[in-house]
Amino acid sequence: MGKRPVQLDELISQEYRHGFYTPMDVDAVPRGLSEDVIRVISAKKQEPAFMLEWRLKAFRHWLTMTEPHWATVRHPAIDYQDIVYYSAPRGKADGPKSLAEVDPELLRTYEKLGVPLQERELLAGVAVDAVFDSVSVATTFKDKLASLGIVFCSFSEAVQSHPELVQQYLGSVVPYTDNFFAALNSAVFSDGSFCYIPPGVRCPMELSTYFRINARNTGQFERTLIIADRGAYVSYLEGCTAPMRDENQLHAAVVELIALEGAQIKYSTVQNWYPGDKEGKGGIYNFVTKRGDCREANSKISWTQVETGSAITWKYPSVILRGDNSVGEFHSVALTNHWQQADTGTKMIHLGRNTRSTILSKGISAGHGSNAYRGLVKVAKSAVGARNYTQCDSLLLGDRCAAHTFPYIEVKNPTARVEHEASTSRIGEDQLFYCQSRGISAEDAVSLIVSGFCKEVFKQLPMEFAVEAQKLLGVSLEGSIG
Amino acid sequence: MLEIRNLHVTVDDKPILRGLDLEVRAGEVHAIMGPNGSGKSTLAHVLAGREGYVVTQGEIRYMGRDLLALAPEERAREGIFLAFQYPVEIPGVANIYLLKAALNAMRRHRGEAELDAVDFLALVKGKLKLMDMDESLLYRAVNEGFSGGEKKRNEILQMAVLEPRLAILDETDSGLDIDALKVVANGVNAMRSPERAMVLVTHYQRLLDYIRPDRVHVLALGRIALSGGPDLAQELERRGYGWVEAEAQKRHAASVGGPG
Repeated sequence: MGKRPVQLDELISQEYRHGFYTPMDVDAVPRGLSEDVIRVISAKKQEPAFMLEWRLKAFRHWLTMTEPHWATVRHPAIDYQDIVYYSAPRGKADGPKSLAEVDPELLRTYEKLGVPLQERELLAGVAVDAVFDSVSVATTFKDKLASLGIVFCSFSEAVQSHPELVQQYLGSVVPYTDNFFAALNSAVFSDGSFCYIPPGVRCPMELSTYFRINARNTGQFERTLIIADRGAYVSYLEGCTAPMRDENQLHAAVVELIALEGAQIKYSTVQNWYPGDKEGKGGIYNFVTKRGDCREANSKISWTQVETGSAITWKYPSVILRGDNSVGEFHSVALTNHWQQADTGTKMIHLGRNTRSTILSKGISAGHGSNAYRGLVKVAKSAVGARNYTQCDSLLLGDRCAAHTFPYIEVKNPTARVEHEASTSRIGEDQLFYCQSRGISAEDAVSLIVSGFCKEVFKQLPMEFAVEAQKLLGVSLEGSIG
Repeated sequence: MLEIRNLHVTVDDKPILRGLDLEVRAGEVHAIMGPNGSGKSTLAHVLAGREGYVVTQGEIRYMGRDLLALAPEERAREGIFLAFQYPVEIPGVANIYLLKAALNAMRRHRGEAELDAVDFLALVKGKLKLMDMDESLLYRAVNEGFSGGEKKRNEILQMAVLEPRLAILDETDSGLDIDALKVVANGVNAMRSPERAMVLVTHYQRLLDYIRPDRVHVLALGRIALSGGPDLAQELERRGYGWVEAEAQKRHAASVGGPG
């Protein structure tokens, strides 16, 4: 009816707004991967011997592994010898000391992305460790954090300034033998973030990192390591966008979280990498290993993620509930549009007594998007009184998208209580028409319905991030949320 | 306010409305009656702009404009309101949030400032009282888990907040017990005004005991077969729809059968 029938397709096919490319000179190693390349990376970063050894061990192990293919995603074979494993903006190998030293071109790029560093620094109270390609280019608020004994810096810097912490904790949650992509990351990771909160310290601000992939054909191998010592608390935010490009890009990050006795880590991600165009061409392959270890009693780790980008997402932020009474949480919104594929979920491994975990997963599929929730709840024999609650909801827009749910449950202790709920619903033309007949435009109606669907997860995000997450969701589904 | 001329509508290539004429002036309340399948709800949906209802002939003018050229949300902003026979559930979206988004969309359209939360709540609370509704319904997801009666009241609540120029009530009486029917009728009657027109689509005369229409029309074979005053509704209650349909059949056969 009417002259402008509502087409879901139109609403959900808006082009990626952050697609632009910043021409910069890069200082890159040749394509391909070998022990020599790893030695070059390690040397460029002036790493101590234990790092090089660890990388080489990881590389040798990686050579024995094969790419996993169990996820419900499809992609052409990745040629690991056709990837540049290290690149840094030229002349910035040491990293700038202040924003004044930062390449203005780079700052303009952030500007376009709506990440005005100065503004954040002044207004939001967020310490930003921005990663542009592989070297950190701006770190703020470091002094204030340092006065509390908090270490928050790039990974490379931590290797120089706190090698003992790095050596103690690196790979202690995700060993290089863990999986194919984690092994690859361990061998070649170029940089990332490092954070240590000393005993009893509550980090007074949200810590934040903006990742961005820019150099053509440069795989990104970030490594993040966060340690909350006894009774410490930290909330960490990760967000990313990427420029438009044609070739698929591999991204294989590793994030390790360690919570000691009574410590709490809250890790929030808003991920908006280039998803590929309407035909499914281009876009980022995001194969990430994220894991937290509630290593001691009464600790807590929460993952919250809003995934709207990437051509392929392969990601299972997990928690090992080792300490007694420890708590693991996973809150996720994953949106796939056009030809995007997501296979994401979590693992909750209950080892300690009275450990508790909550999983809340919201998948949204539109266009030809495919969205899979894959979760494992494992209760070991030792986990007396363990409890888990899982809720997986899927929302479909249109009739060519797909949603899958793969919940795996392994319980070895009879006192455990494990609950699982799942639902699938569709944004119907009738819901859209109902909103429209109340004067609300179709695109606002889609946003309204989707944000209603995601509300429980958005509630978990820090305020300023929740706004950003809604914006990204709006961009991915056209229009903004009122 | 509303002029419909020779309206032909198909749904899934099946003709439903076949030359419907109707004129509704400001201040009037019209009842559209008729047996099931006569096209009553189709008329309501066409007016609101629902997809899938294809106008093959004829025109609809609303406030002097071509209504069919407007998207559904534009019609709503121009003052058309459809109370749904089956109100739609929207999980996770608070009832009050939808109401506020709707009201502010209309205010923006009229060039008025959006209402802030305090003024809006005051406005809504007044209307809640009128509809004898509990405030807690505002904070529940739109229509989710509402009883049949709550859904229908919620429709009229929306109407009361949005204050349309032309309200179309599609089978608003269906599924209501007598008490709920009275509440709904009170809400509707409170909104009668010289500037506002209403079209009540209903199968039964019952609703018209509480909302007295100015005109009653009977739909048969996709057009208005009979029009009259409020007494016509009572006659239909006594005699049923059969005789109207039979006469319409005869007229239809005559017009198809050629001159004479």
